Amino acid sequence: MLTDEERREIESEIARYPARQAASIDALKIVQRHRGWISDESIQDIAGFLKISPTELDGIATFYNLIFREPVGRHVILLCDSVSCWITGYERLREHLCSKLAVRPGQTTSDDRFTLIPIVCLGCCDRAPAMMIGDDLHGNLDPPEKCNAILEQYK
Amino acid sequence: MTETPLTKNIRPGAPPFDIGDYERAGGYEGLRKALTMTPQQVIAEVKASNLRGRGGAGFPTGLKWSFVPLGKDAPHPKYLICNADEMEPGTFKDRLLMEADPHQLVEGVAIASYAIEADVAFIFVRGEYILSGERLTRAIAEAYEHRYLGRDILGSGYSLEMYVHMSAGRYMCGDETGLLNALEGKRANPRWKPPFPPVVGLFGKPTIVNNVETLCCVPHILSHGANWFRDLSRTGDGGTKLYGASGKVKRPGLWELPMGTPIREILYEYAGGMRDGVEFRGLLPGGASTDFLTIEHLDVPMDFTEVQKAGSRMGTGTMIVLDDKTCPVGMTWNLTQFFARESCGWCVPCWSGLAWCERILRAMEEGHGESGDIEKLEFHAKMMGPGNTFCALAPGAAEPLQSAIKYFREDFESHIRDKHCAWRT
Repeated sequence: MLTDEERREIESEIARYPARQAASIDALKIVQRHRGWISDESIQDIAGFLKISPTELDGIATFYNLIFREPVGRHVILLCDSVSCWITGYERLREHLCSKLAVRPGQTTSDDRFTLIPIVCLGCCDRAPAMMIGDDLHGNLDPPEKCNAILEQYK
Repeated sequence: MTETPLTKNIRPGAPPFDIGDYERAGGYEGLRKALTMTPQQVIAEVKASNLRGRGGAGFPTGLKWSFVPLGKDAPHPKYLICNADEMEPGTFKDRLLMEADPHQLVEGVAIASYAIEADVAFIFVRGEYILSGERLTRAIAEAYEHRYLGRDILGSGYSLEMYVHMSAGRYMCGDETGLLNALEGKRANPRWKPPFPPVVGLFGKPTIVNNVETLCCVPHILSHGANWFRDLSRTGDGGTKLYGASGKVKRPGLWELPMGTPIREILYEYAGGMRDGVEFRGLLPGGASTDFLTIEHLDVPMDFTEVQKAGSRMGTGTMIVLDDKTCPVGMTWNLTQFFARESCGWCVPCWSGLAWCERILRAMEEGHGESGDIEKLEFHAKMMGPGNTFCALAPGAAEPLQSAIKYFREDFESHIRDKHCAWRT
């Protein structure tokens, strides 16, 4: 069941468009912001609210990089793996994060604190290599040990 | 002293101008001027400025606008969309414009909307650009309060609603018709063309999609005139350009310079040349989907026409530099992996070709390359080329691939021969 707050927020997005479905991506983002991820049940609920088929909505949800169809940790690390970061130390940064957090890319730490997800170019190429944690952008992460103090900010 | 209209209000490290500061710096004069003209006159002025689209394709902006039906019989609502889905690897210019001077973009969108008599404007921002979204949202709210947006703008009789749409991330959203599908709440697959969006676009209505930097040029063209804008350039394409450099250069960054500034000047004077201990080998002049250029091309002026003559594309104008301590095969693998992952799967040469290329390049890089692999890559690069797919993703992916093989063929051969990447220890 969508909460009243979720319904209200989705309705205000729908008002911008001539068709209810146009708000599908906004709706997925709204529900994800409240619940952390998009479960099968959320797909059913949102699809019903938008009057589209759950299958179609799932096709949309799985298409977009920033919609999570599996549970994630409290903080999602989006690690840029595109070309400028690759040139300036992405692989070392990835290995450092993987060993420090004891995860592989795509996995969540055992204490549910972090999920590590590779992402396309974050548009931070002048401060490569870069990553985002939650809404925050962090650049110039070479050498990769610079991450250690940054990770400490996220409990 | 070179004029830098796009970045004149930007003070590094300081918050962006609010609407008062922006007005005192001459802001919204372009919109005021436009509202005294007819839409046709605005389009004619932008045509005369030789402004070409800064998203990468370089299509003449005024010409694109002129395809929209105008007048009483035109279908409504019409839409103006700002493409702020900056996801081209190596590209970070639109972020600066949105974070550091959001009113400039809002004004540009408003003028472009007036020129095509649009009713609604969307700024389509990539999901990761959170600060851009926040600052644009605030700027739009201020613009409504000051009657630059909404009903009957400044008493002109023209009305416009403007919204920020935060995307959920996918490179395909940067494609013109993929973006339209994303805004309609669908997967961002490309659409069959024709009809083209200026006639049948968002929700089937006439729609113009312009890049952030393109729209940021528009207020200045209206304020200062087409001739002034054209004369900012060193070559035939009008205006200034935000150039960038990343990779192992001394000072990676962005600089607003006259259109047509030579690559050598950008790379050595502004980016400071290569870091100590590494040598220049080549560069992608404007993002991941442009052909490599090498040392013989350093004197090419960076504009759409000249870079094309050199066998590549200016693209977004943000160059990615390859050095001698970086493996060109590994770099090509990284680029191809990006394109393979971001392919929407709509066209066979793209989803199938890119997946094969990615596997072959990975195998080469990991020491499992086989004779014949280079020829297979060349075959796929040709199949992914222009004319075989709905959108520009696969042709864009083919550009760095085919040119890497052309300029760095001996490195591909040595990977296969030695069963090893010499850059990996």
